[in-house]
Amino acid sequence: MKISLTGVSARHPAAQRGAKDSLRGLSLAVAAGEQIAVIGPSGAGKTTLLHVLGCALPPSTGNLLLGERDPWKLPRRQLQGLRGELFLAPQVPPLPPRQRVVTAVLAGRLPHIGLWQSLRSLFYPTAIAEADAALARFDLSDKLFARVDRLSGGERQRVGLARALVTKASLLLVDEPLSALDPTRGQQAIASLTQAARERGATLVSTLHHVEMALQHFPRIIGLRDGELAFDLPAAQVTPERLQALYAQHLHELTGPAREPLDLPAAPVLPAVMHCR
Amino acid sequence: MTAAALSLLRAAPRDPAWRGRVTWALLALLLLWPALVLTEFKPWVMFEPGTLTSTLKFLGDFFPPKIEAEFLWLVARETWRTVAIATAGMALALLLALPLTLLSVRVLSVSALSGRMALLPATLRQLVRWLLILLRSVPELIWALVFVRVVGLGPTAGVLAIALTYSGMLGKVYGEILESGDSHATASLLRNGSGRLQAFFYGLLPQNAAELTSYSVYRWECAIRSSAVLGFVGAGGLGQQMDASMKMFNGSEVSTMLLVFMGLVWLADLASAWLRKSLG
Repeated sequence: MKISLTGVSARHPAAQRGAKDSLRGLSLAVAAGEQIAVIGPSGAGKTTLLHVLGCALPPSTGNLLLGERDPWKLPRRQLQGLRGELFLAPQVPPLPPRQRVVTAVLAGRLPHIGLWQSLRSLFYPTAIAEADAALARFDLSDKLFARVDRLSGGERQRVGLARALVTKASLLLVDEPLSALDPTRGQQAIASLTQAARERGATLVSTLHHVEMALQHFPRIIGLRDGELAFDLPAAQVTPERLQALYAQHLHELTGPAREPLDLPAAPVLPAVMHCR
Repeated sequence: MTAAALSLLRAAPRDPAWRGRVTWALLALLLLWPALVLTEFKPWVMFEPGTLTSTLKFLGDFFPPKIEAEFLWLVARETWRTVAIATAGMALALLLALPLTLLSVRVLSVSALSGRMALLPATLRQLVRWLLILLRSVPELIWALVFVRVVGLGPTAGVLAIALTYSGMLGKVYGEILESGDSHATASLLRNGSGRLQAFFYGLLPQNAAELTSYSVYRWECAIRSSAVLGFVGAGGLGQQMDASMKMFNGSEVSTMLLVFMGLVWLADLASAWLRKSLG
């Protein structure tokens, strides 16, 4: 999907009054099928950018065009239809703890199938092979019928990414796909993701803390700093000096990316709380 | 210890929350007093010799419980009827409560995904909430009295009364459970273009299934108890039997039926624990 942003500013609806917009005056053109990594220090507006692109957050000023359409001028039903053509994968994988992995992955198909088929799929999954293939790309086939709360943090993150592969979305927006993965798994995950996007000709925009991975796997790099565009260059032209400037005062994030503890152990299963009302 | 080190050891600082706590506790007591006066709360009356003997006499009748075969057979039949009233009432209440819950929860709003909810859905949600308040603000006893006049004495009145009041309660509490749980999974499904019902079945329901189940079983238990009360106004079941035995001052029959009630509640508790464990 083609994207064009002109002078877009945006802020989170829950942001404090008087706080600066987390995205300011951003203009960007992305051709269909491109693969882009968004880098920058924490608080640079990377996630906000993904939310704007994913129609999760309306721009406060400026214009967003997806394909030829302005999503915020569409009636709500058509906007929801357009959202079905995008896939926004949040940093924390949105998986209900008691759901099985196969169901969680196949939830990616929901916008493309009707209500009846999605209900039938709850009784007996209707596309087990598809879910299995998606999980296999992230080395998780053995967890197909496991419950989400029995997985480690890293496994959960990969299940969240596998969901992206069963959608028919033509724009994949992935937020920090590697935050809970060790370097080897991270390499593998990002390779699977970029390959899958290439195979179906989908546009891929991913934020990454891991600058090295970004330069290695993505042809085009967008640097954000303080909500503004710092640079928008082919990976080969992103020099160490530019990175130094981008991460000035945040150099520790460049050298050792801020990350959550690796592969958290599966959280203990707590019994449900009894509500007495 | 040097003088400098000693000066660092100042008196333990006072807990700043202390004063507020005492004030609120005293205020609560002060408000409780008129309530006690208003309700003529005089527990010592219970221990005056006159009342004590009559109470003990009534309670003495409770022992031993009546266990004649014929009476037990009657109790078993009425127990079954009570359980049936509670279950049928709950089932009807669920039928009514589920759509109302789905209409009223904010997490399933598409327009609220990006900022504020649109006017029309917000109004609809408010209307549904008012309907739920209306349903549960009339006690089931009143509904039963109404329905006894409409459909006559018998279990049907009890079923309808439970269905109406409980649908209001279930709808409200289901809505609260669904809104207080983690909405991340549901919101991202909606954000990726799923329908509301799809987001409910793939996100909201698995997220909250155990809480919903345990609350429903608890409500079923309440429905059993409440069907006993409804029996007193002629809505069938164990309650009606108990009413008859009470009027005859037949304590041994009442105590048998109370024991059955304890058994039912205990069973409901077991069922709830087992369901929560298997869903947990």
